Amino acid sequence: MTVAVVILLDGVLYAAVLFLVAAGLTLVYGVMRILNIAHGSLYALGAYAGTSLVLVYLKTGGPAPLMYLALLAGAVVAGAIAGPLVERLLLRPIYGREEVVQLLVTYSLFLILEDVMKLLWGVDPYYVAKPYAFLGTVTIAGVRYAWYQLLLIAVALATGVLVSLAIRGTRLGRMIVAVTADREISATLGINVGRVYTLAFTAGAILAGLGGALVAPLISVAPGISVEAIVLAFAVVVIGGLGSLEGAALGALIVGITRAAAVQLFPEIELATVYLIMVAVLLFRPRGLFGEWETRRI
Amino acid sequence: MRGGKALPLVAAAVFGAAPLVLPGWVTFLLTLAVAKSVMVLAIALLLRGGLVSFGHGMFFAAGAYTVGMAMKWGGMREAVVLTFLGVLAAAAAAALLGLLIARYRGIFFAMLNMAISMVVYAVLLKLYWVTGGTDGIGIRTPTILGVMPERESLRLVMYYFTLVMTLPAFYAVHRFWTSPLGFALRAVRDNEVRVEYMGTSVARVIYAAYVLSGALGGLAGILTGFSVGHIVPDLAYWTTSGEFVFVAVLGGPASIPGPLVGSIAFEFLKSYAYKYAAFTWQMTLGVTMLAIILFMPGGLWTIYEGLARQGRQWRLSWKRTG
Amino acid sequence: MATVLETHGLTKSFGGVLAVDDVSVAIAPGEIVGIVGANGAGKTTFVNLVTGYLKPDRGRIIYLGRDITAHPPREVTGLGVARSFQIPQIYASLTVLENVLIALAAREGQSLRAWAPLSTRVREAEGLILLEPFGLTEHAARPVSELPQGGLKLLDIALASALMPRLLLLDEPTSGVSSAEKFGVMDTLVSILQARGVTVIFVEHDMDVVTNYAGRVLAFSEGKILADGAPGVVLADPAVRKAVLGWA
Repeated sequence: MTVAVVILLDGVLYAAVLFLVAAGLTLVYGVMRILNIAHGSLYALGAYAGTSLVLVYLKTGGPAPLMYLALLAGAVVAGAIAGPLVERLLLRPIYGREEVVQLLVTYSLFLILEDVMKLLWGVDPYYVAKPYAFLGTVTIAGVRYAWYQLLLIAVALATGVLVSLAIRGTRLGRMIVAVTADREISATLGINVGRVYTLAFTAGAILAGLGGALVAPLISVAPGISVEAIVLAFAVVVIGGLGSLEGAALGALIVGITRAAAVQLFPEIELATVYLIMVAVLLFRPRGLFGEWETRRI
Repeated sequence: MRGGKALPLVAAAVFGAAPLVLPGWVTFLLTLAVAKSVMVLAIALLLRGGLVSFGHGMFFAAGAYTVGMAMKWGGMREAVVLTFLGVLAAAAAAALLGLLIARYRGIFFAMLNMAISMVVYAVLLKLYWVTGGTDGIGIRTPTILGVMPERESLRLVMYYFTLVMTLPAFYAVHRFWTSPLGFALRAVRDNEVRVEYMGTSVARVIYAAYVLSGALGGLAGILTGFSVGHIVPDLAYWTTSGEFVFVAVLGGPASIPGPLVGSIAFEFLKSYAYKYAAFTWQMTLGVTMLAIILFMPGGLWTIYEGLARQGRQWRLSWKRTG
Repeated sequence: MATVLETHGLTKSFGGVLAVDDVSVAIAPGEIVGIVGANGAGKTTFVNLVTGYLKPDRGRIIYLGRDITAHPPREVTGLGVARSFQIPQIYASLTVLENVLIALAAREGQSLRAWAPLSTRVREAEGLILLEPFGLTEHAARPVSELPQGGLKLLDIALASALMPRLLLLDEPTSGVSSAEKFGVMDTLVSILQARGVTVIFVEHDMDVVTNYAGRVLAFSEGKILADGAPGVVLADPAVRKAVLGWA
């Protein structure tokens, strides 16, 4: 019973973070048909920026609850700076090129960002436990959880709802949907496709950064976290279907709970279980659970 | 071949004589570079078909670990037999995974390879009672055709062993590129619709290329394992595969010598960079790769080809005026 | 065997629009059939259905007495059906001759051979002969990317004919080919195909080409066959003239 509760709660917690990162990845793919291998680095960037801002804020001795604002601000600022920069300078020249070229370019970006972060923050791990410890704990069905973990789940949920409302309800959201469906037609309808790309990529970067910043108080922020993030986020979007937000949510839950179960029951093959599920999904639904079959062109 | 018939002969002479004049540590680096060039060749093969694998390290590891475990648990010592066994194991692994992977292209192909290689990595890491976990497995000096190399000449012997084992791989890939299958693979990159409308199965073409590429990756892993004397799970980690992708792009995937040139350049650069640019090494790789992709898609080999062309023109004009 | 190709009630719609609507037609061996119709009349969709590029919603396709409905292009091609495309589908990074050699190897069932060379003396000779009627022999060694648009179009047809099909479908074979070359190429191509006994179905906008080379014309309108018969009769039909050419 206790194990089941742990698996469920841990799983949902993993899923919350994974969803944020994967939602960004899938959004960017949906709009510009580019799978950003450096997406994990944007997650790491958010984690570093959020952590640093909280550490700086705590030194000023301001009221403690505001540190959560600092955490979020770090992620948003990092994404808002890195997003347009990367999209304008690096991705713009390669739209419409072969997928291989696009993959190689975002892989180059991954390599560059890894070292940029090492130069900015060094290689020693950062810990910032204050946001985590500050809220205290709660006991659920005999298992002690930090309020922060529950808060994280709530924030991810709210972000998901907000993003999906924004896509349906705002002008920008509708433009994103239009560009996703057909770039050429959108352009003839007078939509500034270039601007939509910049905004969508920036939104994706901010989502990744949010995931990183929110999870930062639970982990040690160090080189290497970006690699793990991109590999897991990829599994999530493949299971859910590349380009689908609902798919990212479902995929995140599947991966999150699988991973939590594996950690409890078969710790040796934790990562392997996630991929075994991914392979199983692909065998039966080659484009993922919510994936669309690409229409064939002559 | 554009390089003419003389080029392979000159290359063979240079590589054959190199260790006689070079210091020992250079010979060792050259051994590594030649061994790894087979892996680069494997990646380049797929790249030319418009496919990039960010998980080919798993075949590298499959070859190396087959040899390691056959030595550790099977007590085998004969390098030629072990090499054969390892290549077979890597090819079998590719033949199995190819059933799933050959159905995909582009992003999915790249990332599925990455994902599966991460599973292999995790398994190698976690099944430590078989694989030695993070400590890996030590590869003892093998016998070569029954003869145990002398300690003093070991480095030299391993160099020539690597060279001799690499030659057939390069020759096979040369044959492959001029064969119907090699052209079919390039055709797949250009236009899958037309390939299917010629009655040829795109999935089968990719599958065949994938198995060949996996076998080559295995060979590279085995040769690297022999010369380093130690293998670790990191061989299967996706960033290892990524490094090989980088070298393939660096050397230029469209030529046979490209992977060799790229591999040698890379191995020597790396040995310096670890000392002088530990924090900016990856960044250097990234910037270099961007520059090559955007400005010199043929890789380093195009420099040679450009020079050779200029040379020919220069000789021609010299003949005309003279 | 009385027919090469039969379709029975062939139907395909895209998002509620009927592109091909209940088309039944029978084509005899050696016939050269021209398909005419306005844009969106369902001509290309018909070709795509027959060659397996699209799956029909309803109806059957019989080739040489064999049901090939919804068989994928590779299988249909393997049975002796080849096609060319409105937008040329060629291998842009290879040379003209290499394109044809690949087609020849495919026809021989040798595509998956990995050790023998693609370019043998026999294949090269055959390839050059194949390129001849298209005026591409002198460009054989050139990269495809250097060909003009008309040349690409002709290469696309050459690739289809290299497969030695029994049924050849050509989607607008002369669009993009200069009017100076058009008739010369069609003359040689049609006489070669006729000599080989190939059944040809070609979609065409140029009515002069249709009149000159088709033995039978199918006029498509809104997914249906409006008229079917000899070119002189069909093209003189006022209903066809109105639907296809927009004037009577």
